[in-house]
Amino acid sequence: MKAQTNLQAILAKGEFAVTCAYAPPCGTDIAMILENAAQLKGKVHAVTVNDNPAARVRMSSWALSKILLDAGVEPILEMVTRDRNRIALQSDLLGASALGIENVVCLAGDHPASGDHPEAKKVFDLDAVQWIAAIGQIRDQGCLMNGKKISGKPNFFVGAVANPFVESLELHMIHLQKKIAAGAQFIQTLPVLEMERFSLWLSEVRGRALADRCPIIAGVLALKSVEIAEYVRNRMRGITIPDAVIDRLGAVPEDQQQEEGINIFIESIEALRRTEGVRGVHIVAIGWEEKLPELIERADLLPRADSS
Amino acid sequence: MIIAEMKPVKEILEMVRDYQNILIVGCKGCVAVCNAGGPKEVAILGALLRIARRKEGRDIVVDERVLDRQCEPQLIEQLAGPVKENNYDAIVSMACSVGPQYIAEQFDTMVVLPGLNTGFMGGTVVHGIWGEYCAGCGTCQIQSFGGLCPLTRCAKGLLNGPCGGSVDGKCEVNKDVDCVWELIYNRMKKLGQLDRLAQAVGAKDWSTSLSGGPRRIIREDLTI
Repeated sequence: MKAQTNLQAILAKGEFAVTCAYAPPCGTDIAMILENAAQLKGKVHAVTVNDNPAARVRMSSWALSKILLDAGVEPILEMVTRDRNRIALQSDLLGASALGIENVVCLAGDHPASGDHPEAKKVFDLDAVQWIAAIGQIRDQGCLMNGKKISGKPNFFVGAVANPFVESLELHMIHLQKKIAAGAQFIQTLPVLEMERFSLWLSEVRGRALADRCPIIAGVLALKSVEIAEYVRNRMRGITIPDAVIDRLGAVPEDQQQEEGINIFIESIEALRRTEGVRGVHIVAIGWEEKLPELIERADLLPRADSS
Repeated sequence: MIIAEMKPVKEILEMVRDYQNILIVGCKGCVAVCNAGGPKEVAILGALLRIARRKEGRDIVVDERVLDRQCEPQLIEQLAGPVKENNYDAIVSMACSVGPQYIAEQFDTMVVLPGLNTGFMGGTVVHGIWGEYCAGCGTCQIQSFGGLCPLTRCAKGLLNGPCGGSVDGKCEVNKDVDCVWELIYNRMKKLGQLDRLAQAVGAKDWSTSLSGGPRRIIREDLTI
């Protein structure tokens, strides 16, 4: 059996996994990244490095993944199919493996129309299901999508994403089922702020015996102000921010909104930890990455001894 | 049909700025049906150009013709007489972009200008609104999707299910457009085909589309 990644080992052992999202910088300055990485080391099991999130140009996710790896933080390489065809995706995947990057999470990605280069040509040569299946083939059969043998024996721990807050639950369940059947080994969900709706989704997932086959890591949002909450609600399609959260943040004076945001965050984590079928949390702190170590500490998710 | 729309008059005026004698050629095919380049639109564009140039104090002679179709070289030949007699500076084609290219091929010393922006293969949604329904991928598989095309009608062309950005049954990119995956799901549910929807669709072979270079369809039985 091939060696496991840290994240893979934690989930296999049944421990509660803690991951967080990290958006690469728009530029080449990595001083802040190194600072954040040093603070995150040992506090999370892995860090998802976003791939040009919201279709906005950022430093490439594989480059930042390598920087984190060198700083002692295990990366999860996010790969969207929006910008690269199957030639480029496979090429970058092989390169990532050679650099020691083995966790990969696959999704289609936001459409360029909502990004900072709306004139860009979209690619979407593959969708998430097809790309997940391709990675499995490269790892398990040692050959590319075209059947050509590759040198070496790469190991990948492959994940997919799911949005629990959708109207057509059955339709999205079928899609999730396809991602898992294609080879997804873990699922990261979009941030959960409505426990009731999330529970409904999770019971569907469990009803289809999907959670047994593939651990579910629930997303948690850390909001630093009502302004950010409104931005996420209005600009980030797919992420649902209930009125109750906006009202709660808006009800406290501005200088206390951060603290209230942290309270909401901690309550979410506590609720998710109590929820059967949730195998870990994926923390998303939009524009608040430097706060991650404190958030993790205060949510009582420490210590995260590195199992590697 | 091919859906097109007339270019902004300003843009056409700019293209013909240096010319005094032009021919506008319309088409009675698709672009006449979608009110972009038929006899009526040719007359309107002709009038607009004359009025605009008169205002500038630089009159322009605009002849108007409409061919049955411009996607047929034989029909383009009908322009040979008028072109020879009138010494035009340029021809504005109001067909889909096949038209101006065919005219350019037959009249190699003539400037040919596109009067339309060619949009897509589609149909009427309601009067005055046209929608895109086909991407011309070359290997139609809509039987796998309840008869609807996710390749064309999903903004991301996803073949296995909806993205997470689909909200209230509407597309992530345009709230006025239905998420085609919702439509596919509703159709396949009614057809009792959800088991089929649950089967993974493999990576698309794009070599039959424009990725394989300009395409030709050859029918040996019809070639002379």
